[in-house]
Amino acid sequence: MNLTEYKDVYVFAEQRDGKLQNVALELLGKARELADANQEKVVAMLLGKDVKPLAQTLIEHGADRVLVVDHDLLKDYMTEPYTEAITAITTEFKPSIMLIGATTIGRDLGPRVSARNRTGLTADATKLEISDDEAHEFRMTRPAFGGNLMATILCKNHRPQMSTVRPGVMQKMAADASRKGEVVDYKVDFDVKKISRVKLVKTVKEEKTVADISEAKILVSGGRGVGTKDGFAKLEALAKELGGEVSSSRAMVDAGVMDQSRQVGQTGKTVRPNLYLACGISGAIQHLAGMEESELIVAINKDKFAPIFSVADLGIVGDLHKIVPMLTERLRTMQR
Amino acid sequence: MDFSLSKKEELFLQMIREFAEKEVKPLAAEVDEEERFPMETVKKMAKIGLMGIPVPTQYGGAGGTNIMYGMAVEELSRVCATTGVIVSAHTSLCCAPILEAGTEEQKMKYLPKLASGEWIGAFGLTEPNAGTDAAGQQTTAVLEGDEWVLNGSKIFITNGSYADVFIIIAMTDKSLGTKGISAFIVEKTDPGFSVGKKEKKMGIRGSATTELIFEDCRIPKDRQLGQLGKGFGLAMKTLDGGRIGIACQALGIAQGAMDETIKYTKERKQFGRSISQFQNTQFQMADLETKVQAARLLCRSAHYKKDMGLPYSADAAMAKLFSAETAMEVTTKAVQFHGGYGYTREYPVERMMRDAKITEIYEGTSEVQRMVIAGKLFK
Amino acid sequence: MNIVVCIKQVPDTTEVKINPVTGTLIREGVPSIMNPDDKGGLEFALQLKDKYGAHVTVITMGLPQAEAILREALAMGVDRAILLTDRRLGGADTLATSSAIAGALRTMDFDLIVTGRQAIDGDTAQVGPQIAEHLDLPQVSYMADLKYDEATKTFTVKKQLEDGYQILEMQAPCVVTALASAVQPRYMTVNGIVTAWDKEVEVWNADRINVPEDHIGKAGSPTSVFKSFPKQLKPAGQTFEVSPEEAVELIVNKLKEKHII
Repeated sequence: MNLTEYKDVYVFAEQRDGKLQNVALELLGKARELADANQEKVVAMLLGKDVKPLAQTLIEHGADRVLVVDHDLLKDYMTEPYTEAITAITTEFKPSIMLIGATTIGRDLGPRVSARNRTGLTADATKLEISDDEAHEFRMTRPAFGGNLMATILCKNHRPQMSTVRPGVMQKMAADASRKGEVVDYKVDFDVKKISRVKLVKTVKEEKTVADISEAKILVSGGRGVGTKDGFAKLEALAKELGGEVSSSRAMVDAGVMDQSRQVGQTGKTVRPNLYLACGISGAIQHLAGMEESELIVAINKDKFAPIFSVADLGIVGDLHKIVPMLTERLRTMQR
Repeated sequence: MDFSLSKKEELFLQMIREFAEKEVKPLAAEVDEEERFPMETVKKMAKIGLMGIPVPTQYGGAGGTNIMYGMAVEELSRVCATTGVIVSAHTSLCCAPILEAGTEEQKMKYLPKLASGEWIGAFGLTEPNAGTDAAGQQTTAVLEGDEWVLNGSKIFITNGSYADVFIIIAMTDKSLGTKGISAFIVEKTDPGFSVGKKEKKMGIRGSATTELIFEDCRIPKDRQLGQLGKGFGLAMKTLDGGRIGIACQALGIAQGAMDETIKYTKERKQFGRSISQFQNTQFQMADLETKVQAARLLCRSAHYKKDMGLPYSADAAMAKLFSAETAMEVTTKAVQFHGGYGYTREYPVERMMRDAKITEIYEGTSEVQRMVIAGKLFK
Repeated sequence: MNIVVCIKQVPDTTEVKINPVTGTLIREGVPSIMNPDDKGGLEFALQLKDKYGAHVTVITMGLPQAEAILREALAMGVDRAILLTDRRLGGADTLATSSAIAGALRTMDFDLIVTGRQAIDGDTAQVGPQIAEHLDLPQVSYMADLKYDEATKTFTVKKQLEDGYQILEMQAPCVVTALASAVQPRYMTVNGIVTAWDKEVEVWNADRINVPEDHIGKAGSPTSVFKSFPKQLKPAGQTFEVSPEEAVELIVNKLKEKHII
């Protein structure tokens, strides 16, 4: 493998039902930084059916070039046609770096592409950088051992250097309508026989009242100390007053009290709201991994030694079942 | 000599611990509060073979050891003493005597259904006038043609109203004293058999403790268990085994109270520090931990002897005596460490203290255990 | 039907603690367990065994002590257990790991390969799809439910997404990666435990799998760890032990200060 042939930073621009996913824009923001460090280009790979109009948004958020693969087979995400399209691109254009969102789609696609290309893939990176020494190495840092340890990964002799990144971890650039870029239609010869091995019967959207917690600006989050659905009702009242959402620790999801879509942490979602109000959450390292980047962390817990206090900007040792309703009432009267 | 668990026993411990934590513990307070027999737990236990641990596989059992059975009763009782005694009474007091004295036909008829948990078993020895003095049996069994006719009543019968099969001890010839006592297998559908009043108890409140009534209860002749006139010996032997089960129940209660107290004293702060940091806490807990470990060794050694076919009567008595008294001491102190909270139902230690008391009483009081131990010393 | 379930022994990361002084991991006394997603996958396989009499094999790659999870799987009811262990397989990243396991699978008969979605020690979710790629098989990851039609040999898989789910159909042979949260794994039975040592755990080494040396172990790993370090937590703020009334005041003031309200 002649490594010098490989250049530019490629981003998988995930879209669902013709709607670009936020993570795609976040990745473009990071890709822009990485590409600039090496004087390279940012290339977005936009796969789907009738998705070309989305290319402009990608350019505005940092792409220099958008490769559009438009095909009936790409309408819904399916492992094989998407893998084939990406592999066709890597074979022809030889990317140096490829970033993919660590969504259920990206985490299905990434390993398949990496194995087909016999290259390395770093999962769920939280930090991506080009070393500022002469080597200009691409360094991918990710949590390991359940978030207890950070590991910086290199992919020295294989290309593309692939990484998935969880939604909410990178920052997208502000849209710049004046940015110019190239939009290229790219044709792929699909192996229809291989693709037909999996048949999509249906896709069902589950309309939960949930706004995505990783998008919420304010989160009132509950842990073991909240205990029950009744306990969470108190948190919901407070969240409503603050204009936020309720999220949860893993313990409450495992206990069946809260839905998994609201779980914050290593195995749940990474959040960075303006306010993270942790109620009755002890703060296991796996949980901290998912919320410690929040702008302001307020924690209420009975146990003075709860690890959550080590990351909290304001810690209250006390009974959330008393404090939360009082706080809700106080905010309510302030509104008036 | 090897005190460590075998790989099998370690894997068994992993399983039973997870089962107890996930399936049994969440129900413990409710079962106690509502005095409710946890039938759903019995069904779950049946599915994985916990209702017939030491029953050989040829009779539908799990083919495990008595050590494993003891570990199961301990781990279940650690989170819920009610569940522990249901398994203990079923296994030690019903499956065991059938295995010990049953004919091949009786074993084939009863053990597969008992070991699979399809049927629940119980044991009836105690009567209003025959407690510690078990030889004073007033329930009678008279042979009429091809049937035994039973009359009388039994009290304090664990699993009473939920059991399908009962091992009943009755007088077949009063003139012969204990040699005139025999054992029988009674099914709940037998004519003349009924379940009487359910006791309202201090502890183990989820276990159904009832009276059994026999009014011209007619059972086929072949339900006689063991030889005629050998019922008292069978009952005593059954209780020897049962005692290790109860010892393990007591041990489990003690361990559960230790777990709760360690957790609580680490969390609870007074005078600016955790109460676990006070030397009074540390020294008392060290003493209790030592006793709990000693109790565990007594329990395991008694079950080991039973597994090896060695005499274990005095070992069983010592295991039960020491474990029961340890359970009472540990739970009483656990409540004390919890202070006012310990006296409320917000914490499980008050339940454990109530549960512990019975282990000093049933299947032979602590006084009876001392008689057994002394009997061996001075024979 | 032949099913092979790939399982991994992992440290129970929820039990891992950090030494507050040195900031390093305390690995001592951390129990080793069967990876939860793998156990979920094993349950799906055993349900197919219950319904259709499928023959279930478990395979793990790891150190010799990984035998423990194979015994556990035997006690849960699997028919065959294989331990792939060899120093030459050590130091592998996900690609080299999946190459080795795929090599082992190539020597076996199967209709369905089940893996967990991801392992809790790495959380990569890569090995399952990579195995499928090496074997050129179709895959469905994030499996939340699995049904089988005997007549057409078709698997119907429910794939969990962030905002709903998909129903997909695949014919054998194929690969699925299972979610632990989708299923309640059965307990080992007492008799299963008693007899788990009566069965053989087959021990395979690298010679058995016929994969080029440069595709396994460290040599077959495109990625390498440059460095690892304990996570830096941001400095703590202030913690107050006050009455609920004062607590509410403190919180309200903080929210005002940060322009949240």
